[in-house]
Amino acid sequence: MDMQSASGPALDRLIKSDRARAQLYTDPTIFETEMHKVFENTWVWVAHASELPDPGDFKTAQVGRHPVIVVRDREGVVHVHVNRCRHRAATVCEQRKGKTASFVCPYHGWSYALDGSLRGVPHDKGYDGSLDKSQFPLRSLRVEEYAGLIFATFRTDIEPLHDFLAGARKWIDLFMKQGAGYPVTTLGEHRFRFAGNWKIQMENTTDAYHFPLVHKSFLTALDKQTEESMDVMSKGGFVEDLGNGHSVMVMLPDLIDLEANLDAPIPERFAELAAELAQTHTDLEVRRIVRAVGGSGFNVNLFPNIACSMAFFRVLQPVSVEETEIRHIAIGMLGGPEAANRARLRMHEFFQGPMGFGSPDDAEVWDRVQHGAHGADDVWVMLNRGEASEQVTAEGHIRGEVSAETGMRAAYRQWKRMMEA
Amino acid sequence: MDTMTHAPAITLDEAIAFVWLEADLLDHAEYDEWLSLWADGGLYIVPIEPGVTDFANVLNYAYDDHIMRQKRVARLRNGQSISASPVARTVRSQSRFRLLSGTADGCELRCAQIISEFRRGTLRTYTADVEFNLVRGPRGLRIARKVIRLLNSTEALRGIGYLL
Ligand code: FES
Ligand SMILES: [Fe+2]
Repeated sequence: MDMQSASGPALDRLIKSDRARAQLYTDPTIFETEMHKVFENTWVWVAHASELPDPGDFKTAQVGRHPVIVVRDREGVVHVHVNRCRHRAATVCEQRKGKTASFVCPYHGWSYALDGSLRGVPHDKGYDGSLDKSQFPLRSLRVEEYAGLIFATFRTDIEPLHDFLAGARKWIDLFMKQGAGYPVTTLGEHRFRFAGNWKIQMENTTDAYHFPLVHKSFLTALDKQTEESMDVMSKGGFVEDLGNGHSVMVMLPDLIDLEANLDAPIPERFAELAAELAQTHTDLEVRRIVRAVGGSGFNVNLFPNIACSMAFFRVLQPVSVEETEIRHIAIGMLGGPEAANRARLRMHEFFQGPMGFGSPDDAEVWDRVQHGAHGADDVWVMLNRGEASEQVTAEGHIRGEVSAETGMRAAYRQWKRMMEA
Repeated sequence: MDTMTHAPAITLDEAIAFVWLEADLLDHAEYDEWLSLWADGGLYIVPIEPGVTDFANVLNYAYDDHIMRQKRVARLRNGQSISASPVARTVRSQSRFRLLSGTADGCELRCAQIISEFRRGTLRTYTADVEFNLVRGPRGLRIARKVIRLLNSTEALRGIGYLL
């Protein structure tokens, strides 16, 4: 680590290992730099494989500020193309998702195959034979996938995704156990926006400290047993720096491995579901499915734009320096019992989204951070919670207690490294 | 199923008067009376995808039975939710009413709804198609289902800390 390197004296004044200036949330120049230095130089999550099960399936997304199309071609290979016609820049697709055989630009009709190659140019005599179609494919990104998570990058020379995910891979594998033996599939998404910088949201999925306060109204809406089980500050959880800006925040250590402790009593709130499942499944299957329905007890935060968060995917999309879009993608069991997936959907609606009992309160405090960040430029945003009691694990990871700001420090260390590069 | 053969069919005027009462109760935060307007098993639904009908098996913004409606009302009143402290003030107008079907026992009513919301210095508007399934009970009309189809449901929304 060369934090003292001379390459970023300006950055050194803005961020230290345990604190940051609020300009990181408010300065449009920093935002512009991030869109290039961070988002064009790393692996950015764009889709889950289940969103594009068949050839021709596509969705639109963004990598930083580049609009992209994520599409599965006839051979089953996933491509990520910049959504920009090679003629005069019109987008070739404006649908959120769908199925197609090709992308045809609406302006002058240039058409592209699913792999991005330029196939058709209307009235091409006008080019007098000088247009070599092979030189005008859609601009494509490098694409790699881990455990159904599809990432793309503009860089051909950075490490493979597998290496980039580093210590997070183990936690992604654990997270995917909530398929209960069925493939994990997306079940729809809630999209909402808040008036604040994207890093405020990045911090939040590794912030257990806010949970008991901001989510008090959610907690009191639960039954007593569930409320007690969600007392995240007292369950012996921890936060671990997993390398490359990634971190895991374990809030409920009992729910690290969803295939362990299958003989534990089924929580009261799942009794009805268990009874329904018992009509068609063995006792062991019922226990495995019910435990998976409740979700994992941790958030894996993958720098810069996705978290596998307890029972859903949280995706952030910077819009401008003071505006961020969040997607909370519901997940369930592909081909699993309908009753189990219905339970997952109702849980997701309960907490997430613009009308959930959780997200609007998160959005409100993030909005307050952005507002407050305009006050007193010389005051630090403190990120030092739990630093003194951090330890190093056998795997060499820095670990703090559950509400330590260890995950934020990890993310900002990576942020600084990329901004200085 | 015309079991109450002597009762007249629900008229458009009767249905409109009832729906306006519901709207007025919500805008004036009279939640106890609002809760009493619902039939047993009544569902309050805010879907995401246009055209969905199998609400139970897809993701919605809200899919509230009686228990969830009670929790939502408690959240609006108990001061624990920072996004609902204070609760946004709302004024809703409903128009373009049409009875899609109707008997003496029940009817389907569709209307346009525009809600203006004001909170922390910001005025916002949400426009929706609203579908009511109303049933006639011993104490008058009750809501068997209310589906609020927001015009921009598939776009990113802001937090909606009140009842649409
Ligand atoms: S801009 Fe696409 S064909 Fe002209
Ligand atoms: Fe939160």
